[in-house]
Amino acid sequence: MRLQHAVGARSYVFRDLRELLAKASPARSGDALAGLAASSDEERIAAKLVLADLPLTRFLDEALIPYEDDEVTRLIVDTHDAQAYAPVRSLTVGAFRDWLMSDLASTDVLTALAPGITPEMAAAVSKLMRNQDLILAARKCSVVTRFRNTLGLRGRLAVRLQPNHPTDDPKGIAASILDGLMYGAGDACIGINPVTDEPAKLAALWRLLDELIRRFEIPTQSCVLAHVTRQIDAINNGVPLDLVFQSIAGTEATNRSFGIDLRLLREAQAAAQSLKRGTVGSNVMYFETGQGSALSADAHHGVDQQTCEARAYAVARAFQPLLVNTVVGFIGPEYLFDGRQIIRAGLEDHFCGKLLGLPMGVDVCYTNHAEADQNDMDTLLTLLGSAGVNYVMGVPGADDIMLSYQSTSFHDALYLRELLGLQRAPEFAAWLHRVGITDDAGRLATTRAAALPQLTAFAEGASI
Amino acid sequence: MKTSPAETAANAIIDDSWIELRRHTAARLALGRSGASLPTRAVLAFDLAHAQARDAVHLPLDVDALTAALSAQDWPLLVVRSRASERSAYLARPDWGRRLAAESATRLSEAVGSNGADIAIVVGDGLSSTAVQAHAAPLLRALRPLLSGFSLAPIVIARQARVALADEVAELFGARLAICIIGERPGLSAADSLGAYLTYAPKVGRNDGERNCISNIRPAGLALEDAAQQIAALARAALSKQLSGIALRFDPNLPAPAVVAMTQDP
Repeated sequence: MRLQHAVGARSYVFRDLRELLAKASPARSGDALAGLAASSDEERIAAKLVLADLPLTRFLDEALIPYEDDEVTRLIVDTHDAQAYAPVRSLTVGAFRDWLMSDLASTDVLTALAPGITPEMAAAVSKLMRNQDLILAARKCSVVTRFRNTLGLRGRLAVRLQPNHPTDDPKGIAASILDGLMYGAGDACIGINPVTDEPAKLAALWRLLDELIRRFEIPTQSCVLAHVTRQIDAINNGVPLDLVFQSIAGTEATNRSFGIDLRLLREAQAAAQSLKRGTVGSNVMYFETGQGSALSADAHHGVDQQTCEARAYAVARAFQPLLVNTVVGFIGPEYLFDGRQIIRAGLEDHFCGKLLGLPMGVDVCYTNHAEADQNDMDTLLTLLGSAGVNYVMGVPGADDIMLSYQSTSFHDALYLRELLGLQRAPEFAAWLHRVGITDDAGRLATTRAAALPQLTAFAEGASI
Repeated sequence: MKTSPAETAANAIIDDSWIELRRHTAARLALGRSGASLPTRAVLAFDLAHAQARDAVHLPLDVDALTAALSAQDWPLLVVRSRASERSAYLARPDWGRRLAAESATRLSEAVGSNGADIAIVVGDGLSSTAVQAHAAPLLRALRPLLSGFSLAPIVIARQARVALADEVAELFGARLAICIIGERPGLSAADSLGAYLTYAPKVGRNDGERNCISNIRPAGLALEDAAQQIAALARAALSKQLSGIALRFDPNLPAPAVVAMTQDP
């Protein structure tokens, strides 16, 4: 099948699948920067029309990045589940969209389908989907994961408590943790982005979180988002660590620029699981991704940024993660220029991750040089809540004073709960009620929480 | 007990009793709430900080004022611009901000003598004109006596500039070291930070691993005098060791570097 489409007298020809996917992508600055974007709106729709008639199976026959050159391609090809794929095997990309939107694609059917879908198929169909399609189809997907609590159940929303501090000051970090807990946040995890890379200082942060979680018997998990090699070393040195974190991407070369490969991630997963610290499950991995990372590392192989992002999810799902989130607006306007592009990308990433079977969260965020503001984040947050996002970030006042960007706040999560009736992870919700932070209805109590004095003493006494 | 309507309205806000913990962090904690939502005061405080950050990005550098301030210090000056014609192009295309506009390159070539210089200093607007407007001239005043042993090319003021633009400028001057003083991406807590980037043997195509960076230069961060000392020490080290970047960063004889910006490419 030739990749071409005539519009009136004009014929659009696409060289290969990479070019077709790139030109069918909704406009974004990163693809323009890479020189991959459609040169006109008409060419973009011509690409979509060709893509709609393309058999899904073509993506199994023709690798975007050669099998010999890239271990992510090898992972995708070698782990493809032909039996799971069978229900959609005969479809074109356009018919796959119709099928996804139909009643045939129930939650159970989509769960069974996930191992049969490749990232390229997910990316391709997403390019034919409007925002409402991305929301509705993602909402039908259900991905439940467990460590010390149960995340991703229908009607529930979790929050990663992100208590960063520009000098890793333990009292400053503990103060932000207390703020988050008192606002009912922290069930996805309590996760610190450290400034330091020194093993001894990192160990102190893990001990701080471990002491907090044990002393107050909080059904959640800790994470310090250092490089994965630091975390493996910490495990080997007996540091009490719950989740292993790593940033990942969709090409081998980008992952190498992060200092990782699949072998290292396998080693990390095995090390974390050997600790057996989970009480209700053993999903021990936490991954972050984001469109644009492959271009930023000059390692995109001519593949558009959204397809590269979907390939990162193939890496993630090989490790049964507890949490995966796209940090959608962090990378800056040269990749996602404004609120409109950030919103679209956030919905794409959430849908593609869910379709591929991942427990997707989203860091709804932006930087000060992007053409975006709090209103754009409100819009994306509301749409993701409707789409059934597993978790979002919780940062005091939405202002991350270490990473210098704006994410979502504890209040933002409360807003979404109030608007959509979303509850917390059940074990965490029960704890909040037990210590008096929430009332019988699961809303923040208006009386002072019984746990506040001890939590305050913990924060005031925190030291390294 | 009856309450008046005014008292009822005042009670809409639930204050947070752990407000004393704010002394441990600049994070926006204990903001209180009205139902699930932020109190008005907290919403507007955030919006003000964001407005200042956006202004730092978008308000154009007042080149005339900066030229006047630097001329008063007797610096020879040249003004150039990058290939990004305006701000939205600058933000979308960092590659354009790293290269001189054709007419600027021509004009620089004509202005350059054939002898070269030890150091070429470029002052670029980067992502915060606020920072450059406020702190570039005092920083250069502090730096000048510390570089007295070196020959300096004329200072180049660059509009719509990224760090790497200084490589092309310095290469045209035949300079051995480029120092790029540039506005950093503003955060909510500070919109007026300068960064200083040093590159040995500058030429088009150098990458960030080949540079040294001193970040967070502002009166409330790394003070201008201290920053000038660090820049001069790095410049001396780079010129004597004939290198810059990661290899220089771990030299124990250098002063401790300020926070190195990992996540931005101004």
